[in-house]
Amino acid sequence: MRRYARRYAHLVTMQTPGPITPAYSPQAAERLASMADVTASDAALRRFLHGLPGVDAVGLEGRAATLGTRSIKTTAKAYAIDLAISMIDLTTLEGADTPGKVRALCAKGVNPDPTDRTTPKVAAICVYPDMVETAKDALAGSGIHVASVATAFPAGRAALPVKLADTADAVAAGADEIDMVIDRGAFLSGRYMRVFEEIKAVKAACARPDGSAAHLKVIFENGELSTYDNIRRASWLAMLAGADFIKTSTGKVAVNATPPNTLLMLEAVRDFRAATGVQVGVKPAGGIRTTKDAIKYLVMVNETLGEEWLTPDWFRFGASSLLNDLLMQRQKLSTGRYSGPDYVTVD
Amino acid sequence: MSDARLSVFKTYKLFVGGKFPRSESGRVYEVADSKGNWLANAPLASRKDARDAVVAARKAFGGWAGATAYNRGQILYRIAEMLEGRREQFVREVAEAEGLSKSKAAAVVDAAIDRWVWYAGWTDKIGQIAGAANPVAGPYFNLSTTEPTGVVAVLAPQDSSFLGLVSVLAPVIATGNTAVVVTSEKSPLPALSLGEVLATSDLPGGVVNVLSGKAAEIGPHLAAHSDVNAIDLTGADAELATALETAAADNLKRVLRPRDEDWSADPGTDRLLTFLETKTVWHPIGV
Repeated sequence: MRRYARRYAHLVTMQTPGPITPAYSPQAAERLASMADVTASDAALRRFLHGLPGVDAVGLEGRAATLGTRSIKTTAKAYAIDLAISMIDLTTLEGADTPGKVRALCAKGVNPDPTDRTTPKVAAICVYPDMVETAKDALAGSGIHVASVATAFPAGRAALPVKLADTADAVAAGADEIDMVIDRGAFLSGRYMRVFEEIKAVKAACARPDGSAAHLKVIFENGELSTYDNIRRASWLAMLAGADFIKTSTGKVAVNATPPNTLLMLEAVRDFRAATGVQVGVKPAGGIRTTKDAIKYLVMVNETLGEEWLTPDWFRFGASSLLNDLLMQRQKLSTGRYSGPDYVTVD
Repeated sequence: MSDARLSVFKTYKLFVGGKFPRSESGRVYEVADSKGNWLANAPLASRKDARDAVVAARKAFGGWAGATAYNRGQILYRIAEMLEGRREQFVREVAEAEGLSKSKAAAVVDAAIDRWVWYAGWTDKIGQIAGAANPVAGPYFNLSTTEPTGVVAVLAPQDSSFLGLVSVLAPVIATGNTAVVVTSEKSPLPALSLGEVLATSDLPGGVVNVLSGKAAEIGPHLAAHSDVNAIDLTGADAELATALETAAADNLKRVLRPRDEDWSADPGTDRLLTFLETKTVWHPIGV
């Protein structure tokens, strides 16, 4: 971070960030306003994003691979499994989603393993905007959040007013969290300001009449950004625009969350907090199917960001089949017998 | 130039999910012939290999059980053809493993191949002897048909490394089950070579998984595994068999207890029928 500070002293007033504040707090908005000079114009923003140091791809992949070799066993594994379950955004994003399926998923989220009531509940249920109301009803009183994708998910190819209406609808229906997609076309063609303004507009659309706001997760679709440098730029861009969470992918393309690109985002979040004092969450999504994978991610979070991020408030898994594998491993730990897919619900 | 060639030793490996992995534990053990001379190192499978094998077997089950009986028969017959092509190798391995003369070993291998062909013929016939059109007092067709039990763990016989192995394995897969086989501990090499035959015989990966190692080490995990539907205890001694049967009771596995077997005798349909379930459907007669 000091390196950025030296290079961008003329762009950013880099003082000690002061107390840490969550991205969704009003103080965070003030901190971001203090960064206004880098986001003042398209040119300034481009200069800042392109001035971020390039990513050492070999080093990044090596680091991610090394962190994936930790052996987590017995009580630590039990802790990791329960933590991972409590961090899941249990997701169903299919054209064929029915109210019945959403209700079934909500019931599973509240009580993932009916044979063992000590199993923690998941963090949120993630659905399309038109299913928010159904999910909200089904989850009433459970404390589980409803996350809704919005902004013409997953392609994001729609006019801004449509995206904002999509978001406002989901918030009005009761969504606690909004997962938006960035306009990859604009990002890849270098129109960073357009992406920035869009995220700000969606953030504004997340506000509720009572003054509170739905939390905003910004999806980059890493598989479409093609380079690690782009992922680092997208991370800073989204955080500067006020994202509460940054999320790897939609789960709808071939390459979803991978350990290296998630590690890169974790590092961006760490650096962003060091620079601004604003804490942002991370959500890898898509392709995380096994307990082993999930534990690798938790190790990465702990090693890169530390324990503060090891809570559902700051780290989430976007997944559907992961939960069943976690439950089977949990059953193995508690009974000593290997479990099978007959002993978990099929959603 | 010298006439002496460097020896090319074969690395025996497990057969899991259609691939040939080493043991997850990295362990091997020495396999000796009947006179105690070292033959090769075989992988010593661990409980995690067993777990992976069950996952592979479960994954393969839908496709294998759903294949037509005719198709399964063709594939089993193909396996017999491949065995015939590798006859020399199996004769040598069986002779070394069991201390038989070459002619006796050849007879054992021939019997094993013949048995495989025999079971291949049963795939589309077993339904006719085990199923039925039941007479009922009402305007219904009442049909009982056979269905495979699921994933079957097989502890292969300890003494008969090839004929015994074929005699316990072929009936399990002929009816559409998938199998996790724990080989004879003392002489696993013919079984591991059988894996190579299976891999080249159109048999979908995961239908048969071969683990070499100690039945007493892997058996308890397979017997207690909730995703295993049946266990054949042929290769377990009396004490182990009792313990495994107890563990297997937890999820109501089908259990085949060990008994005295003469592997050269006509096997009958007993083993085919052990790992079958009966499904009965009532269908209104359209009148």
